[in-house]
Amino acid sequence: MSMRLRLCVLAVGGLGVAVLFVMACFDLPAFGGLWHPYGDRAVHAALARHTANTVSSVNFDQRAFDTLGEESILFASVVGTVTLLRQTHGEDRLPPEPVRVAPPVRRYALIALPVTLLIGLYVIAHGQLSPGGGFQGGVVVATSLHLLYIAVDYRALERIRPVGMYEVADAAGEAAYLLVGAAALLTGAAFLANFLPYGTFNTLSSGGTVPLLNAAIGVEVACGVVVLLARFLDQAVEIESEGRDDEAEART
Amino acid sequence: MADDLPLILGLVLVAVAGTATVLVRDPVRQSFLLSLLGLALATVFLLLQAPDVALSQLAVGSALTPLMVLLSVRKVRRKARSERREEHE
Repeated sequence: MSMRLRLCVLAVGGLGVAVLFVMACFDLPAFGGLWHPYGDRAVHAALARHTANTVSSVNFDQRAFDTLGEESILFASVVGTVTLLRQTHGEDRLPPEPVRVAPPVRRYALIALPVTLLIGLYVIAHGQLSPGGGFQGGVVVATSLHLLYIAVDYRALERIRPVGMYEVADAAGEAAYLLVGAAALLTGAAFLANFLPYGTFNTLSSGGTVPLLNAAIGVEVACGVVVLLARFLDQAVEIESEGRDDEAEART
Repeated sequence: MADDLPLILGLVLVAVAGTATVLVRDPVRQSFLLSLLGLALATVFLLLQAPDVALSQLAVGSALTPLMVLLSVRKVRRKARSERREEHE
């Protein structure tokens, strides 16, 4: 096929997609209008189940199966990363030497660490009440631990981060989601159906299974992100390809 | 129109950052632009009243992904440099 013919085929295809796209866009409801058929139903269902945050209600109750899929994707990618980035033959582990941290950086990172950790845990625990939830809170928790690397050094981070434990916790978080879903079967409800009492609206114990599933996701995401970053950091900071690397490089 | 101004500015910033990320070829600069794109997208999500999505976007799009790109680039460059040196020897 000549270049010219290829471009013609591309143009025909592009034009077709463009026409279909424009036609589809004209059929959409107006942006920011007052008519939200799906939103109205979702809010109604969320209020009926005493979950103040509709997004959490949709994610962990009305469409909990979708979230199970998303969680599994994250879990599978963490497992894939751990497999790909493991230490192989001909790779040595050199402990990086600590570098002096500027005092202001150390001070502010150490102040920010507990605050960030608390915010992360708050976001996970209040997933059914306010914006956020297990995923967002989990990432914030994982990020807060890495402030220790910025404040002190890599060895301090490694001390609070036994990767093996986090790998186990990652799998436990994934399993907890499935087990909460399966527990519904015991009560005669469908898989992942909300089977717990709904509780008082707008309190920490509201939403039935939503806070439990949120916590499971929070554990899985926090540990998954820690493991993911641990493998990438190991490769960039510690693991060396058999005596090839520059000595000066190894120290950074 | 005046109400939509922040949203339009945000969308323009997203378009600019996205295009720049594609056009720049150096992975290190790309990761910084990717981080900027994540920030712009988070702003747009916030303006569209989706704070949940904005929070995820901020954490994953503007912190985690660029960091992983940077760490990978560092590893690959070190390897390439040491292999080049070996050829010289």
